[in-house]
Amino acid sequence: MNATHPILTVKGLEKSFGAVTAASDVNLDVVPGEIIGIIGANGAGKTTFVNMVTGYLQPDAGSIQFEGRELVGFAPRDVTQAGISRSFQVSQVFSTLSVYENVLTALAIARSPGLDMLKPMLRPDLEARCDEVLARYQITDYRDHTVSTLSQGVRKLLDIAMAVVSEPRILLLDEPTSGVSVEEKFDLMDIVIGALREDNVTVLFIEHDMEIVERYVSRVVAFYQGKIICDETPAQALADPAVQEYVIGIRADAQAEGG
Amino acid sequence: MLKDRTVQVVFAGMLASIVLGYFIPDWVMNQLMFGFSRALAVLGLMVLWRTGLVSFGHAFYYGLGAYAVALLDIYLGVSDAFVRLAAAVVVAGGVGWLAGFILRNYRDIFFAMLSLALSMVLYGILVKTEALGSTDGFAVSVPTFFGYKPEGKYALFVLICVVGAFSAAGVQFYLNSTLGKLTTAIRDNEVRVEYLGYSVAQAIHVKYVISTCLTGAAGAMTAMALGQVDPDSMVNWTASGELVFVTILSGPGSVIAPFIGSTVFELLRTYAFELVPHAWQLIVGGTLLTIILFLPGGVWSLVERFMGTGKKT
Repeated sequence: MNATHPILTVKGLEKSFGAVTAASDVNLDVVPGEIIGIIGANGAGKTTFVNMVTGYLQPDAGSIQFEGRELVGFAPRDVTQAGISRSFQVSQVFSTLSVYENVLTALAIARSPGLDMLKPMLRPDLEARCDEVLARYQITDYRDHTVSTLSQGVRKLLDIAMAVVSEPRILLLDEPTSGVSVEEKFDLMDIVIGALREDNVTVLFIEHDMEIVERYVSRVVAFYQGKIICDETPAQALADPAVQEYVIGIRADAQAEGG
Repeated sequence: MLKDRTVQVVFAGMLASIVLGYFIPDWVMNQLMFGFSRALAVLGLMVLWRTGLVSFGHAFYYGLGAYAVALLDIYLGVSDAFVRLAAAVVVAGGVGWLAGFILRNYRDIFFAMLSLALSMVLYGILVKTEALGSTDGFAVSVPTFFGYKPEGKYALFVLICVVGAFSAAGVQFYLNSTLGKLTTAIRDNEVRVEYLGYSVAQAIHVKYVISTCLTGAAGAMTAMALGQVDPDSMVNWTASGELVFVTILSGPGSVIAPFIGSTVFELLRTYAFELVPHAWQLIVGGTLLTIILFLPGGVWSLVERFMGTGKKT
């Protein structure tokens, strides 16, 4: 941990769904510029954590401080406006619009506070910026393709590109490589993490793939039954017996069972 | 905004109609007046339809607009066309704004039917209340314009053309804005729109209020053009159905479409009635069937096709 003041402080977060505990005394300090990998077996509470930070779910107890503001009680759109964006495990894009229209819509909303929503959506500064974003995430080739015709990898890139046009300080990625082919996943992560590092965005991402975790993150947070059981560097975390048993071990078994 | 081709066509059409209106026989002018008046309501339904929302109860706002004019006339003796129009828009828009807080949370069939429920409540009240004209409604006196009381209906026709053109231009401006362009996006993925930082409920509420204001204006214009209001032709569910009918007939492609579609409907109904007085609905229904089967983009797609080939040659 360095001495920089944390950008995000999560304290004593609790959430249960009936008898299932999805978050139990979750505490986390995130420093600007960190890239944190969130790991854990299915049902360990990773997505619940992301959903609470982004306002989709409200915690039963605890606090989420972002840049000194309390986020508990915020709706997703308020969290986005405050400066935290997210991508989705299953890409949430506008499937009957083109790639360009998707990014333009995201950009126009981000750049139109209040009554600016009545300004034309097609304006030169937005159109230019839109093409920059497409180039940055290397989806210019698909500019005029309808989203429903695209591969998972391109959809994931689009989903993330739409999340960053609001220039968030923190981006939460929910399994950015799920559904992406083995050949594509490192290319995808190179593009995404490269762009986010350049913009100095703090990243928290959920990932099942330990190769990806080792390669891209500076810190690993492991969840098990709604609790954080490990918060270390990637090397330390992967060597941690608890992580091996509850995260990696369980996954290996599950994969073996699934055949 | 004046660079917009659609807006140019709208104002050119307005001027052409006003000039033409001076020479055409009264019965043709009447048809155009009813057509253009109703077109405002259709324009309002189009704003909703583009986001995938259909209201089967817009006669509610049509009736509110029409009855605002009639009641002002009967009880307060207000005859000024501008005051009547403004009152109708305020009443319909105000009620639409209030109802919007409920309706914005519903989609699909629930949205459609909730609107219908509201309109049937109003219908029930009107029919049962003697002070509100009961089933007969009211006659509406000839409108005046800033104290000027013109002979014939030409002045009202001009007003309808001007209001129609400015409404169409306004809607065009809205549809090009970021807020107005949140149509397909909302239909495709509401969750994403929320995560991009905008409230879907608010976007729909704005659409709804725009739509109710336009429909109130349509009711007011029709009341003045017709010289009467009555619950059966203006507030009953059949009136709502008729508005949806004309919306489908027109097509959602352009803000000009409602004016063409609504005029076509007016002529269609008149001629069908003349041809087969007892089964005119058959012709109107058959037309709707044909449109849905062969012209899902409405009458407007014919215009587009015509202009498209016109450009190429």
